[in-house]
Amino acid sequence: MKRIITAVVQNRSGVLNRVTGLMHKRQFNIESISVGRTETEGISKMTFVVHVEDHQKLEQLTKQLNKQIDVLKVTDLSDKAIVARELALIKVVSNAHHRSEIQGMIEPFRASIIDVSKDSLSIQVTGKPDKIEALIDLLRPYGIKDIARTGLTAFARGHQPQVAEMTTYSLLK
Amino acid sequence: MKVDTKLNTKPEAAVKTGADILVESLLEQKVETIFGYPGGAVLPIYDALYRSDGDFEHILTRHEQGAIHAAEGYARVAGKPGVVIATSGPGATNLVTGIADAMMDSLPLVVITGQVATSVTGTDAFQEADVMGITTPITKHNYQVQSSYELPKVIKEAFHIASTGRPGPVVVDIPKDISANLCTETDQSAFHLPGYQPTIKPNPLQIKKLTEAIKKSKKPLILTGAGVIHGHASDILLEIAEEYSMPVTSTLLGLGAFPGQHDLFLGMAGMHGTYTANMAIAECDLLINIGARFDDRLTGNLNYFAKNATVAHVDIDPAEIGKNVPTDIPIVSDSKAALAELKKQLKEGPDHSEWMDQLNQNKMAYPLWYNNPPEEMVPQWLMKSLYHATRGEAIVTTDVGQHQMWAAQYYSFGRPNRWVTSGGLGTMGFGFPAAIGAQLAKPEDPVVAVVGDGGFQMTLQELSVLQERGLPVKIIIVNNGALGMVRQWQEAFYDKRYSESIVGVQPDFVKLAESYNIRGMKIETQQEFTDIIHEVMAYDGPVLMDCRVLQQENVYPMIAPGKGIHEMVGVKP
Repeated sequence: MKRIITAVVQNRSGVLNRVTGLMHKRQFNIESISVGRTETEGISKMTFVVHVEDHQKLEQLTKQLNKQIDVLKVTDLSDKAIVARELALIKVVSNAHHRSEIQGMIEPFRASIIDVSKDSLSIQVTGKPDKIEALIDLLRPYGIKDIARTGLTAFARGHQPQVAEMTTYSLLK
Repeated sequence: MKVDTKLNTKPEAAVKTGADILVESLLEQKVETIFGYPGGAVLPIYDALYRSDGDFEHILTRHEQGAIHAAEGYARVAGKPGVVIATSGPGATNLVTGIADAMMDSLPLVVITGQVATSVTGTDAFQEADVMGITTPITKHNYQVQSSYELPKVIKEAFHIASTGRPGPVVVDIPKDISANLCTETDQSAFHLPGYQPTIKPNPLQIKKLTEAIKKSKKPLILTGAGVIHGHASDILLEIAEEYSMPVTSTLLGLGAFPGQHDLFLGMAGMHGTYTANMAIAECDLLINIGARFDDRLTGNLNYFAKNATVAHVDIDPAEIGKNVPTDIPIVSDSKAALAELKKQLKEGPDHSEWMDQLNQNKMAYPLWYNNPPEEMVPQWLMKSLYHATRGEAIVTTDVGQHQMWAAQYYSFGRPNRWVTSGGLGTMGFGFPAAIGAQLAKPEDPVVAVVGDGGFQMTLQELSVLQERGLPVKIIIVNNGALGMVRQWQEAFYDKRYSESIVGVQPDFVKLAESYNIRGMKIETQQEFTDIIHEVMAYDGPVLMDCRVLQQENVYPMIAPGKGIHEMVGVKP
């Protein structure tokens, strides 16, 4: 099963190595990872999307992460109401007469063109991973030259619905 | 003359190098003994040690691996962190086995490694190795010191992390310029580790659940792990077990947590555990695990492990609970605090006289056994005789393998911190240097290194330390001219294809000992051993006994890999 896990960490050298190293050692498959600073100086937040086999493995993962001295807080967001976003940059082959066609196509995705050259277009899109996948699929026929994705980052919504409502809000179920 | 030179090298009182700060910080931690080996990147540190003459005992081992295993032995027996210093590059990489060993067996170590100067870090400089990268997966925590300003705080944190919670090794990597340069200001403030707050008090409600489970149980069983020893919980465990007459078994590393000769003790459980202990695990209805991590050598095939039991697990490391065995009553706590709370809450014990009868019958009918032709030197007999000759009072260290299992089976430990063995990592070459560390921690106590002829040859260079220090460590080589456990598995599972496990050529161990001015003797019969062992133990100096034992002896009983805990072979017929 796919889980979204965040870890708030002390921003020290080696902490990323320690965290990814333990996932490697215990054979957790990381789909994406994103790291950035938080509102507090010296504190960073990592967001992982991982595949785990079952709840026992998941429990191990959070416990092992928590055990690290520089890890302050581990949260499994998967069953919560969350806001989750990823950013992707997509470079597509395009000549003059494809340009407007592409422009029209990406509009519903609220994506934008951020760079144009003689034979390519660079598109920026933000959203949930499935939305980004959908856009990539649409652009594929034009010829994709390059993709750079940030990986998912997420946090819990300000208001958490009651347990009964949760499934409708969950991103991954 | 020496005094003069020393005075000349001492910097002005107010001006200190980073290495001086390090030495001060170690003194503040009440470090008495350091195991180490000098080298380029730690020259400033060794210079500071030289100037601090007399503050520490520095034990110069003859290989860094010897230093770290000695520190492990020291830590296990003294119950406080062992301290190691090694240089950058090869010095540090030679420590890796010991660091991993300490990580697996939860031994507190503070390992100080030199590093190339910050100006050349990352340039593949001479003797540069990525010590942080290498040691990250095998340390509880590691630091690379960024400035001498932070050095005192880092050392304080390192000792705190190594010795509290679930103990473990902490590496402090110090670049040469930081230890060499003068520093004017240091951070003496107290540390705060928001991400490291071990839970040491149990949740009383969980203990209440446990009391209820005990009350209901007809077949209770207590399993002791090293956590009982680390938590100093042996006394209270004995009180509870005796008051409610509950049987006790142990992991390899938990031996000594409960008196080995006690009526309630069933012997060690696991791959080479006793029939009684393993059957008790298979059949119990309540398993109370205190500070053991349900290692595969204990559990065998998990499908058969305690499958009828309610499992309670007390562990200071929450990640161990539920890792291998599903747990019904998880209790995250220091073992002593948990047992104290249990003692307070427990009012009524189990009604389990039938169970005790059954266990006692098993004990009588299926004890550990071996054939003992008196004209031969039988290794099991050797361990049993050693136990009697030392009245079970010795500190015993071992490597890994057959001799280790025989020592575990036949040397019955009466109290904690007397058994020093490499359990989790199973490190050959551990036992002898560990005995050096153990002897330094307890200079007055008898220390016996029980080693195999294979393992001993991995770290025998430390005989120099015995010679130099006159440490009265007794070395018993259980010499079967083979890598015994490998040979046993090849016999059992590889159709007797003894691939590279019979080692015909070996040094004359007696002459080897003598070349270090150490008393050596070859023992070939039971009579020879009996005649001399008391004299050897009473001798105030090191002795090496090369005991030639039967090669074809195997360790039994045994649970073959993949089998359940009840499927033992080699049980007494």
